[in-house]
Amino acid sequence: MINRPEPILMKGNEALAEGAIRAGCRFFAGYPITPQNEIPEYMARRMPEVGGVFVQAESEVAAINMVYGAAGAGVRAMTSSSSPGISLKQEGISYLAGAELPAVIANVVRGGPGLGGIQPAQSDYYQATRGGGHGDYRTPVLAPASVQEMYDFAGLAFDIADRYRNPVLILADGALGQMMEPVLLDATPREVLNVPKPWATTGMKDRAQNLINSIYLDPDELEQHNLNIQKKYRRIEQQEVRYEIILGDDADFFLVAYGTTARVCKDVALKARAKGMRVGLIRPITLWPFPSQVFDDLLEGKGNRQLKGSPKPFGFLTVEMSFGQMVDDVRLSVNGRAPVYFYGRTGGIVPSPREVLAEVEKIYAGGAGKPEKAGN
Amino acid sequence: MTLDPASRVRLSLVPFTCLEGGKPMSDATMAAIERVETVEAFNRKGSLDQASASLMEVVFSRPASMTDTPFHYCPGCTHGIAHRLIAEALDELGVRERAIGLASVGCSVFSYRYFKCDFQQAAHGRAPAVATGIKRCLPDSVVFTYQGDGDLASIGMAEIVHAAARGENITVVFINNAIYGMTGGQMAPTTLVNQKTTTSPNGRDPKAYGYPIRMSELLSTVEGASYIARVALINPAEVRKAKKALLKAFQTQLDGKGFSMVEMLSSCPTNWGVSAKEAMDWIKERMIPVYPLGEFKVRDDEGVIS
Ligand SMILES: Cc1ncc(C[n+]2csc(CCOP(=O)(O)OP(=O)(O)O)c2C)c(N)n1
Ligand code: SF4
Ligand SMILES: [Mg+2]
Repeated sequence: MINRPEPILMKGNEALAEGAIRAGCRFFAGYPITPQNEIPEYMARRMPEVGGVFVQAESEVAAINMVYGAAGAGVRAMTSSSSPGISLKQEGISYLAGAELPAVIANVVRGGPGLGGIQPAQSDYYQATRGGGHGDYRTPVLAPASVQEMYDFAGLAFDIADRYRNPVLILADGALGQMMEPVLLDATPREVLNVPKPWATTGMKDRAQNLINSIYLDPDELEQHNLNIQKKYRRIEQQEVRYEIILGDDADFFLVAYGTTARVCKDVALKARAKGMRVGLIRPITLWPFPSQVFDDLLEGKGNRQLKGSPKPFGFLTVEMSFGQMVDDVRLSVNGRAPVYFYGRTGGIVPSPREVLAEVEKIYAGGAGKPEKAGN
Repeated sequence: MTLDPASRVRLSLVPFTCLEGGKPMSDATMAAIERVETVEAFNRKGSLDQASASLMEVVFSRPASMTDTPFHYCPGCTHGIAHRLIAEALDELGVRERAIGLASVGCSVFSYRYFKCDFQQAAHGRAPAVATGIKRCLPDSVVFTYQGDGDLASIGMAEIVHAAARGENITVVFINNAIYGMTGGQMAPTTLVNQKTTTSPNGRDPKAYGYPIRMSELLSTVEGASYIARVALINPAEVRKAKKALLKAFQTQLDGKGFSMVEMLSSCPTNWGVSAKEAMDWIKERMIPVYPLGEFKVRDDEGVIS
């Protein structure tokens, strides 16, 4: 029996920072931006206590490049920001991917485009799941939905990053960053995955030169390099898909949502069931790799560890704090085998259970119109 | 018997160090080159008798911190001299094994090929930030960036100023050739007034294009900077001064005194449209008046700045 300490009340941002530190993160560079300021503030306090490094960078551009240097030196390194700052980090993330460096980048998403607002949003999904910067690359994306997961996924992100030598994103939002919830700091007794890093630039001593690099001017070499990282991405797709299915056993209709909206949708599913509608929830935890297989399992009646022979659903409603980004992945996964509806709010507005439930009721009543156009 | 290959020298290096301000080479320089050629010839033929071999003295050899990869630079480009000076400095200070270099974006993007030490290649302008990440994590390492003027003084202006302001304990080698070399001769922030470039075809008119930036002067006003010097790679005397400045800069880092930078006025005959020899004159006559040489900031052991 693990001796579990009492849960403590923490802000999502602080839980993420503490999770990173307990996962062996020893370098953090960041630049202030709401709603993630608690992460650098926490790191500024905690890093010196554990012998790590905190640097307040002059910009997000500098911060991600400091992370590049630290990661190249073999240290678990991370940065965090919110949407406008994450846009600035894209060049650096592309370099990390090209040079195959492990690092963690947390985006506590706020509404955009432009300066946008400081309230929660999910409008950076495309950017996060499609590489975000230039070049053919992918980054695993973890989407926490609670303060506990902000804590847990920090460590998970570092493990995935080290295992594949690839940057990993944590895609949270302003609500998850700011809310306080009880966290069991030792809920998952953390064994830091210790991946050897013989490639790190730590001073050459008497070995051959180590080089952290992403330039390949010879087209054949660059194509080969790209083929190699693509192979790695296929491995990630096979091994790192994570999701949660809630109330899935007997559901004939599914909500699809991640992060904060998944919490809302869980509530919606329960309320719908009270009204006799057998609604379930698919919550992608990795946004890339996207859990497409779940949709196959459902639609082909293949059964699934978490689905135990539920009926073939008659439709899906994707709910997002955007005008519809993840819904593209849902449509690609469903591939025309069932209608895919969408409901979204933006600008920092979290859809209320009431309005999502109304949407579900419309669909059950057959009055939601053409699936692609549903929602506002 | 063969001589240690390390004692062989790439002859292509010699002409630049032997230009001696355009004057004919001195007898001593000629003799040095001849001796080197003899070593080469000896190794090729391997047939000279031992007695004459023992008479030969190696006066010029490749630094241990350098690989024998031939440079990719244009003839007459002084990037190669700057590389050699860095390698000599790493040798003399005995820090090669803990040195980590930062290649930047510019003609020197492949500089990592020429050094026998660990390297990271940094995004355009970001080398000082990358160096910060490395040095903070590995304080015992010796970290240096190698950056062009487009890289450091334009796109990387924020990174260099803030690395200096934080007093990052790193050494920056700044190659000022008044041009974007790699991309084919566009205007750099350091391009001289009236200098013709592909993007200032009628010459840099300050009304439309502004003025050149003096980085050494600018950075010497930053509290965190401890050693700032400007040198010119134009003749043996100035190259020797450049070496001294570089040694001081690295020593500043070894002493934990913080940020150090050596700005090297460097040639780009290709994009200036001049010969290798004319390029040396060009630096002397056109660049030095705008970019005066010397030490701009020296922090001594008591922390006193001069
Ligand atoms: C973000 C970005 N912008 C532009 C470039 C294109 N680029 C490559 S080298 C270079 C100029 C380098 O000039 P400088 O730093 O002066 O070095 P030099 O070639 O003169 O030694 C530029 C603009 C790039 N690689 N990345
Ligand atoms: S283009 Fe200019 S800076 Fe670049 S290698 Fe040639 S001479 Fe040197
Ligand atoms: Mg230049």
